[in-house]
Amino acid sequence: MIRADAVLVALVVASALGVVAAQHQARRLYAEYEREQARAQALEVEWGQLQLEQSTWATHGRVEKLARERLGMRLPPAGQVLVVEPQS
Amino acid sequence: MKKQRAVTFNHNPLLKRELPAWRARLVMLGLMGCSLALAGRALYLQGVNNDFLQAKGESRYARTLEVPATRGRITDRQGDILAVSTPVRSVWAIPSDAQLEPAQARELARLLEMDVKELNARLATGRDFAYLKRQVPPEVAQQVADLRLPGIHQQQEYRRYYPGGEVMAHILGFTDVEDKGQEGIELAFDKRLAGRPGARRVIKDRRGQIVEDVEAIRPPRDGEDVALSIDGKIQYLAWSALRDAMHQHKAQAGAVVVLDARSGEILALANAPTFNPNNRTNLSGAQLRNRVFTDAFEPGSVMKPFIAALAMDRGKVKFDTQIDTGNGRMTIGTATISDTKRHGMMTVAQIVQKSSNIGTVKMAQQFSPDEMWHLFDQLGFGTPLNLGFPGETSGRLRPVKSWRPIEQATMSYGHGISTSLIQMARAYMVFARDGELVPLSLTRVEGAPSSGRRIFSAHTAQQMRSILAMAAGPGGTAPRAQVPGYTVAGKTGTAHKLEGGHYARKYVSSFVGFAPATNPRIVVAVMIDEPSAGQYFGGTVAAPVFARITEGTLRSLGVAPDVPLTPLQLARRSADEAAGSAVGRENM
Repeated sequence: MIRADAVLVALVVASALGVVAAQHQARRLYAEYEREQARAQALEVEWGQLQLEQSTWATHGRVEKLARERLGMRLPPAGQVLVVEPQS
Repeated sequence: MKKQRAVTFNHNPLLKRELPAWRARLVMLGLMGCSLALAGRALYLQGVNNDFLQAKGESRYARTLEVPATRGRITDRQGDILAVSTPVRSVWAIPSDAQLEPAQARELARLLEMDVKELNARLATGRDFAYLKRQVPPEVAQQVADLRLPGIHQQQEYRRYYPGGEVMAHILGFTDVEDKGQEGIELAFDKRLAGRPGARRVIKDRRGQIVEDVEAIRPPRDGEDVALSIDGKIQYLAWSALRDAMHQHKAQAGAVVVLDARSGEILALANAPTFNPNNRTNLSGAQLRNRVFTDAFEPGSVMKPFIAALAMDRGKVKFDTQIDTGNGRMTIGTATISDTKRHGMMTVAQIVQKSSNIGTVKMAQQFSPDEMWHLFDQLGFGTPLNLGFPGETSGRLRPVKSWRPIEQATMSYGHGISTSLIQMARAYMVFARDGELVPLSLTRVEGAPSSGRRIFSAHTAQQMRSILAMAAGPGGTAPRAQVPGYTVAGKTGTAHKLEGGHYARKYVSSFVGFAPATNPRIVVAVMIDEPSAGQYFGGTVAAPVFARITEGTLRSLGVAPDVPLTPLQLARRSADEAAGSAVGRENM
């Protein structure tokens, strides 16, 4: 009788410790999950900012200005344009 | 010692005395009473008052957090970003808590780029809450947070950025400080763009870290991205052509719209004067105005082709029917209509090409007011387009019962009726699309274009296209609309402006046309308001803008030229060589 009780008590204690460990692990994992989510959001924000930066650099007005001024490009006059059509 | 051992505890003589029974019962009763009271209290706490205590307890560790949702992005048809929201912070204070040392206040004011006096004035108000500065960049906000000042708090919000700046200003509109749409697409598509913030309950530990997610009360929903039909490149082209024309002709205002003739998509839409949506201080109403949608103007001669097409479509005339325009003057009732010069006998094609008022009126007189009203109504004049754009005008088409003969006559050449530029551009789609009118779209149209409503027969539309190509050619009113490599067709308009019920010596010059004339791909409408540098005819003011936009747009869309590029000799020889090398490359 006493031995059975002792076994049961040991089992209960072990299970209680297991619960504590599981809870601890769950919280640790959850904190990690939270951190990753925050990181994902920060990356999302950064992506938006980079897209913004890209479109600011690639503004047509800026590209045209650079092409004309720094690279000395110009629109070809009509006579110099050649249109090559695919043979069908 | 021995004596003590003799009297042990259990031989205590006191034990031999009988105690009265009531004493034991009294103690028993007392103990029972106590435990009953405890049980009752426990029952009260556990059962009756449970909810209150649970809520109290939970409030110590559980928090409801707001989960922010971002506003959708706006992109052009190629997916380039036109508007995007990025998080910023606003710095606010509880003035009674914010007891700042002078040095702290100076530091805070420096970071927020504010005057110290203004800062102190805001902190001196008796209210519980005061914004110090809104829309602070995150880096600055972090520096402010690092100061750890008492009573100074921060809150996350969003700010919208428009990389296109003034090029796209009127299409996109803008949002207010709460990131809600106020103008343009931002307002028209606000429901789709706006995100809905969510909420969730979490358990936080002593250090403020979230340890457990209790429940998601409401998941956040980010705003949808909206892909517009606008093509960034064509838009820039339209905007810069308009800007240059405004400058050259010292005009009050101007507007341009480019439509895809196949799908009804709006490829570009530009207004002048414009504004920078990223910095909206000192904005005037004139800058904000989206003239393409909100301003109705008397179109003038741009209207004539519809009357001629109606006459041809109903078999009243053929394109080569001769009509006598007399000596250039014609009297209806008490009013006189005149042409710029006497033309005598003219064919229908020539009437449109030379833009004769009298010839057009003579065709219009073959119809009843009802028939003409029906045509205008079918073309969409007098009805707003309902694209959801704020402040869309319907134009002005008077009810047919109030038409007098002189009014029917003037309406045939575009006076006494007013339309917005976009209505006019859309109406020209009937010529560009073999007689059909399709609904316009601000967003990208996927797949086959929606079916339209037939107004003229395909044959009439084709004939009208060649007549309008003549009008935009040598001998027409707008030879300057010509584009190298492509055939173009279109009609000029030069209308007097109505001021206080009278026509003033101020003009609206317009040109509406399409290209290539043989197989139209785009419709372009240009309107220049009050050009005041000497020239004011649609053919000299608006047509060159049309030509510049059309040339660039067709090239950008990759439309094959339908006439040889000049000079012919040079191009022909090198074309053969290039074709040869292209074939060679294909074979590789």
